Amino acid sequence: MSSASLSQPSNSEKKENSGWLKKIREDWGLYLSAFIIGLFILVFLFIPVMKVIFVAFQDGDGSFSLVNFQDFFNSSLFQESFFNSFYVAFMSVIVASIIAMPLAYFTSRFQFKGTVLIQTLGIVPLIMPPFIGAVAMQLLFGENGTMNLLLDEYLGFTIPIMEGLNGVIFVQSVHYFPFILINLSAALQNIDRSMEESAQSLGSSGIKLFRRIVFPLAMPGYVAGASLVFVKVFDDLGTPLLLNVNNMLAPQAYLRISSVGISDPMGYVISVILVAFSVFALWVSFLALRGKDYSTTQKGGGGLSKRELRPWEKVGCYAVIAFILMLVLAPHFALLLLSFGTIWSFSPLPDAYTLEHYSTAITQASDFITNTLLYAGLAGLIDIVLGTAIAYLVWRTKMVGRKWLDFGAMAALAVPGVVLGIGYLRTFYDVDIPFVGSSMATWWGIIVIALAVRRLPYALRSCVAALQQVSPSLEEASENLGATRATTIRRIVVPLMAAGILAGFVTAFATAAVELSATIMLVSQESDAPLAYGLYLFMQSAAGRGPGAALGVIAVLIVGLATYISHTIVERTRQAHGMKSH
Amino acid sequence: MSLGNTKQVGISIKDLTLSFGETEVLKGVNLEIEPGEFFAFLGPSGSGKSTLLRAIAGFGPVPQGEILLGDENVIEQPPWKRNVGMVFQSYALWPHMTVRQNVAYGLEERKVAKPEIKRRVDDALNLVGLHHLADRRPSQLSGGQQQRVAIARTVVVEPRILLLDEPLSNLDANLREQMRRDLLELQRQLGLTTIFVTHDQEEANTISDRIAVLDQGVIQQVGAPMELYDNPANKFVADFLGTANVLHGRVEESPSGNQFVSSNGIYFPYAAKPQQDLSLIFRPQSLGICHGSAQAGMIQLEGKVLHREFLGHLIRYGVDVGGEVLMVDDPHLRGAKHLTNGETIRVALKPDEIVALSD
Repeated sequence: MSSASLSQPSNSEKKENSGWLKKIREDWGLYLSAFIIGLFILVFLFIPVMKVIFVAFQDGDGSFSLVNFQDFFNSSLFQESFFNSFYVAFMSVIVASIIAMPLAYFTSRFQFKGTVLIQTLGIVPLIMPPFIGAVAMQLLFGENGTMNLLLDEYLGFTIPIMEGLNGVIFVQSVHYFPFILINLSAALQNIDRSMEESAQSLGSSGIKLFRRIVFPLAMPGYVAGASLVFVKVFDDLGTPLLLNVNNMLAPQAYLRISSVGISDPMGYVISVILVAFSVFALWVSFLALRGKDYSTTQKGGGGLSKRELRPWEKVGCYAVIAFILMLVLAPHFALLLLSFGTIWSFSPLPDAYTLEHYSTAITQASDFITNTLLYAGLAGLIDIVLGTAIAYLVWRTKMVGRKWLDFGAMAALAVPGVVLGIGYLRTFYDVDIPFVGSSMATWWGIIVIALAVRRLPYALRSCVAALQQVSPSLEEASENLGATRATTIRRIVVPLMAAGILAGFVTAFATAAVELSATIMLVSQESDAPLAYGLYLFMQSAAGRGPGAALGVIAVLIVGLATYISHTIVERTRQAHGMKSH
Repeated sequence: MSLGNTKQVGISIKDLTLSFGETEVLKGVNLEIEPGEFFAFLGPSGSGKSTLLRAIAGFGPVPQGEILLGDENVIEQPPWKRNVGMVFQSYALWPHMTVRQNVAYGLEERKVAKPEIKRRVDDALNLVGLHHLADRRPSQLSGGQQQRVAIARTVVVEPRILLLDEPLSNLDANLREQMRRDLLELQRQLGLTTIFVTHDQEEANTISDRIAVLDQGVIQQVGAPMELYDNPANKFVADFLGTANVLHGRVEESPSGNQFVSSNGIYFPYAAKPQQDLSLIFRPQSLGICHGSAQAGMIQLEGKVLHREFLGHLIRYGVDVGGEVLMVDDPHLRGAKHLTNGETIRVALKPDEIVALSD
């Protein structure tokens, strides 16, 4: 593209200099936007995280020391928390794998109608973050929940599935197994039939073929999904908090900062550990996928060879699917029951049903809802503006250091919400907002920024995917007909990206609307709180559970509706443009 | 036709070099294209032909050297200031705009008044015979129609020159020949200096006034199609424009007159000055199979049939002549007998048919 004169060798240094200046003058808009984006990422992501890390490694006098880490590992509570977080994350991966593997295998190996059901299964849990349904799950599966009451009455035993750490593992696995399912299914679908057939014609079959061909080819996808689940669970604050399991890392960090104060070093030490594990897990998934583009499908249909199910196999498959479907829908179902039930205690089902919780939720919590729409909407907006600009700078210019913008934005993935929240508190506590005069750390706008930073990676990937669908020749045709770069972006690039940008907005909006871990650190007064925080407050008391559940249902509806609408619009534009989804 | 009022300009390219990172893609290209000429860049993929075309339009890294349109050096100009019309291989029609909006785009960028835009867009669409489809979206058109829209969109702004990047490669074989003629007719009608990039020698031969053959970033030869075919400047050009037999060897004196001796040891009388390192190039159709006694003055060679390919109008034999495999074309008529593999035959070659090149 036209910025290529940067690399043009010139005859004299003088000419080179003026060429460089001329370049900047011509494309000043690009350089300016790159500068602003870089500044935003630096101030709102890197500096706060660095601040957290510095504090963790400082002693009381402010000099470098490992004394905080010593204190941390000498405390039996923190030792236990560390072990628990690790154990819960690891076990969640195992349980999620047990749920996901048969489903992935069914869809890739057998020709049956359940496939659509399984694909739907894969999306449903992603709509609702685990903490929203956590309390409701206790009423279904807890010690005195529906399942155990019935088991006790008829069979005389109970299953402690929601006890302590088990509860966290159970709720997290049910929510996060789709990450493994999606990645593993994609990996299996990308294995070409000929891979399997050539092994067969060379004399391999059955288990041996699976172990030597199918398994190694699908492994990278599985590892990528599994490490994502690990890190999601390891960093999660909301679920253990709502299940009242406090002896884990993220809840400890939150409790220390919110009870002892932002000068307590333990919150920072925990933050460093959380970041380290996140980075490690992302690195593992990167290693798993690097250089292993195992997408071996050739023209004319991919995937393993499929066969019809025998009748008794079909029964087995559907039984497994039905069981998993039940698990997946359990939190939603329980939430719905809880939101409509009057009193639900020591009984398999609520005593009676009412709409009262909804009216309570709407009258008492309307601020929470409007705040959520405002925060998530603004965050989504910021994300797509930044995402579109970064995508363009990275993929359509030759600007020096452009890859760093992409990297910087994606780095947010490795920063747990708790850590970002603590970093903001520490960094912006002493910064006053111009004109208003109050501290930036207590301003509602900081919540918006935190949400925007956390969801930027999602929006960015959407925007990049959208831009990659726009053939560069469409832009060249525009420039060829006399449109400048800026006009081309406005009239060609952005309109063609619109569907993808919208999808990015909705992803950012929907996930920001139910975010808890960063917001819970940053909410300074109840009137500024979003829905997720309100739900947390309600769930603290037995009386608040009903309205809390109603709030949860409203959140799920908002997120589900937004996802559905964007999906419809994206599909419609794709058809109108006659674009193939390549 | 209101589109015909363009002034014809020549294109002159001087010492053009261009690199993608470490790889030199164009290595000192010099070229003069006459005003109004229909010119082709012909070469295999990776030869630099598309890069050269894109450099003229202003896309890709800025090369070193000069690109003159008329008298103006445009090398430093961004694409949008060049007023060079380019039709992209993929057509590059904007899917979010109708045909009319696509064609009007360039005029809008030039701030042409609305009524005039309408008139000129109508004219351009009439020119390519698609006026009735003005309100369709590109995705609702066939490949050939999309290409016509792309052409209309380009010529409506009255560009100084017209660049066509492999315009026929995305069309069906049948449509391709039709479009080829239409393109030529359109070019003659508009009188635009036109460059056409292709890897297909038949396309280049049938449509263009002159061809530049490119390989590895260097122009190998420039000339009219027949001139290139009959007098290739080197083995690459000979091979790229049709099949060629090449014999390497030398010319030496002998008691019975000068003779050519190939590196494999075949020899035959050849009237030329003694010379080392020589290549003789001749076409398969220049070799004839001798059935009776040979005519005087013909070079005669004896060989064995190795293989044959039936190409419809002719049969191409591979004949082993003393270790050299020569391609020999024999016209095919209905019911004619063909030679069998292993058969020993004699072939004859007229010395005028040979192009001799020093290695």
